[in-house]
Amino acid sequence: MEAAVLTDRFPRTQVLASQDMPTYQVAGEDLVETVRFLRDAQGFDLLADLCGIDWKDRTPRFGVVIHLLSTTHKEYVRLHVGAVNDAVPSVSSLHPGANWHEREAFDMFGIRFEGHPDPRRILMWDAYPYHPLRKEFPLAGIEVPLPAADVAEVTGQTVEPAPMMGGPFVSPGGKMSEGEPSALDQSWNEEKPKA
Amino acid sequence: MGGCPNLRQTTMVKSDFGYNSKVEGEVIVTRADAVVNWVRSHSVWPMPMGLACCAIELMGAGGSRFDISRFGMEVMRFSPRQADCMIVAGTVTYKMAEVVRRIYDQMAEPKWVVAMGACASTGGMYRSYATLQGVDNIVPVDIYISGCPPRPEALLDGMMLLQEKIRQEGGSLKRTFRGRTVETKIVR
Repeated sequence: MEAAVLTDRFPRTQVLASQDMPTYQVAGEDLVETVRFLRDAQGFDLLADLCGIDWKDRTPRFGVVIHLLSTTHKEYVRLHVGAVNDAVPSVSSLHPGANWHEREAFDMFGIRFEGHPDPRRILMWDAYPYHPLRKEFPLAGIEVPLPAADVAEVTGQTVEPAPMMGGPFVSPGGKMSEGEPSALDQSWNEEKPKA
Repeated sequence: MGGCPNLRQTTMVKSDFGYNSKVEGEVIVTRADAVVNWVRSHSVWPMPMGLACCAIELMGAGGSRFDISRFGMEVMRFSPRQADCMIVAGTVTYKMAEVVRRIYDQMAEPKWVVAMGACASTGGMYRSYATLQGVDNIVPVDIYISGCPPRPEALLDGMMLLQEKIRQEGGSLKRTFRGRTVETKIVR
């Protein structure tokens, strides 16, 4: 598929640099129609992946990336969408496989998918107050009550930060990049016992 | 519980075990606890709480190659009402912790818990916001088995240790005949 096919039809669409497959920045308003056009007119009939991104310093902060595959032309295409006000139109009406992917992106990043038939969390429990894959969320976690109040009452257990020292996510000898600080939470470890 | 053993057969033991059947007659004297524990230890009915890859090794232990039935514990029950030993095989997430505890509560006394593998014992490599750092935070654990995952031999070794532990328990009848769930206290 030539890039002009998409950019002519949806003028707000921009071509992004990419090393592996054609990549486009799609406006949120055009997303559903773009995916429909790609599915019905261009043969991109399989939604291979849908995930969220936390860009941290960009505006809008969150984005969604959609990979589409054409099983007839053996081609991939990648669509980037910015989440204006943390919201993106849902494409689960076009690709039912997007349903759980969108729930996961909502669960992990807090991106709302407008028009989603069942916008619940999918991995964490419904009452969980955070979105764990956001950049500011510590990998060890934040203390919250257990999902089941009666179990918490019997056991005295809470959802508590995990020990990080010596774990597989901490680089020995200091952090290797700025992307790593979330692994440096050491609220309790071998030297500093659990309170 | 398995069938009651025919104690008369055990009187065939020769005197080199320090037991003279001519003097004692066909009578054997023991503590009730010892008999009850002996019976219990050889008819453990496991509840396979398979949560991750450890469950594959658990299945291997149940297969013919390793043959867990040599120890009288091949009757895996998928209902907590019919089981007395929960084998927690795998990663316990906080979301699943509620279910594990409820199923433990639904098991009838006497009951035991085996934490199979690194994840069930300590959280293992999953040091993260989503994972319970050891199932002993929510249920009392009798046996911990190391390994990631443990081989079936390690599970069998752990189960034999559990048998040993069952045989040494005191107050078995009291626990059984009380007719209600004994309060389980977790020492943290």
